[in-house]
Amino acid sequence: MALMSNSNKNHRSLDPEVTEQLQRQSAELAESVKAGDFAQAMTVINELSEVRDQSLYREVGRLTRSLHEAIRNFQVDPRSAEQQEALSKMTDASDRLEYVVRMTSQAANRTMDLVEETMPVAHTVRDEASALRDEWQRLRRREMQPSEFRELYGRIDRFFAGLTTDADTIYNNLSEILLAQDFQDLTGQVIQKVTTLVKEVEEQMLSLVVMASHVDQITGTVHQIDETQVSAEQGVGPQIKADEREDVVSGQDDVDDLLSSLGF
Amino acid sequence: MKILIVDDFSTMRRIIKNLLRDLGFSNTDEADDGNTALPMLKSGKYDFLVTDWNMPGMSGFDLLKAVRADENLKTLPVLMVTAEAKRDQIVAAAQAGVNGYVVKPFTAAVLKEKIEKIFERIQ
Repeated sequence: MALMSNSNKNHRSLDPEVTEQLQRQSAELAESVKAGDFAQAMTVINELSEVRDQSLYREVGRLTRSLHEAIRNFQVDPRSAEQQEALSKMTDASDRLEYVVRMTSQAANRTMDLVEETMPVAHTVRDEASALRDEWQRLRRREMQPSEFRELYGRIDRFFAGLTTDADTIYNNLSEILLAQDFQDLTGQVIQKVTTLVKEVEEQMLSLVVMASHVDQITGTVHQIDETQVSAEQGVGPQIKADEREDVVSGQDDVDDLLSSLGF
Repeated sequence: MKILIVDDFSTMRRIIKNLLRDLGFSNTDEADDGNTALPMLKSGKYDFLVTDWNMPGMSGFDLLKAVRADENLKTLPVLMVTAEAKRDQIVAAAQAGVNGYVVKPFTAAVLKEKIEKIFERIQ
């Protein structure tokens, strides 16, 4: 933890009331010591430490209240009564993020269901069209027997009929895929709320750190903090700002270059 | 050709499964982390392993090391498909004996290219 080196900053973040009290009491302490009244000096020292404790408690109390407030204000704007009920049960961020994972997973699976349903339809249409085209070429080259032509005649008829149904299926599935993306609206709201909470918590944490460094400064505590080295083997997940970082590849081309430089 | 797909997210397993099917590999199995994958691999019969890196339980990197350390599995081709994009991670994977490395998000073309390249080298 970095010790505060900027004394102006320290003054600013202490309550003016506390600063005033400290100044008054330290003067009193100096006077008592000067006058040789050590009993009085001890009393003042006790009072001083009480001031220190109280300002610390006050800061912790304020922090707790802000944190509580931030969590309490953490609400989602749902669209239906059912969601309202479901969402009102979620009181913490991890529940909300689980909701996001669930919603995105549902949407992804729904989309993939529809894609997997549609792909064979497109395949069948393509195969039949290709077969008919071959037959059609044979007809044009006058290589077809009358019986074969009658067969082709019926096949083309069935193809056209089937094509209408298949095109409808493809269209409807595409439009359902479109609808399956509606999760973005809800998850977007939830994530924005979580982001706001995280930012608030971050700010409060920062003041807590600053406060702790004040405590360290007042009490003269020096911490031994070991640097934790993250191993390359540890998975860290997607890199958000890959473009701005030297130690991260920016895409598959970068990976390929790196691997080929290693003799791959 | 029997392929094992290892990823903790079922959606990603499904995407890879679909892409592999389009490439003509329809004989695939799935596992959600290294701990489930390793016994499956050991019971044999897999020709190819596609694995994510970051998974709860046993990671894909540890799975790769376990595969390379196993007498029966050490030559199994392994393709890493992962969001892990740090240079030292890619180097570590290469040193551990990975056969191909695809960073997410990826395209069908990239997956196809890497798989074909691996098979080319094996044959």
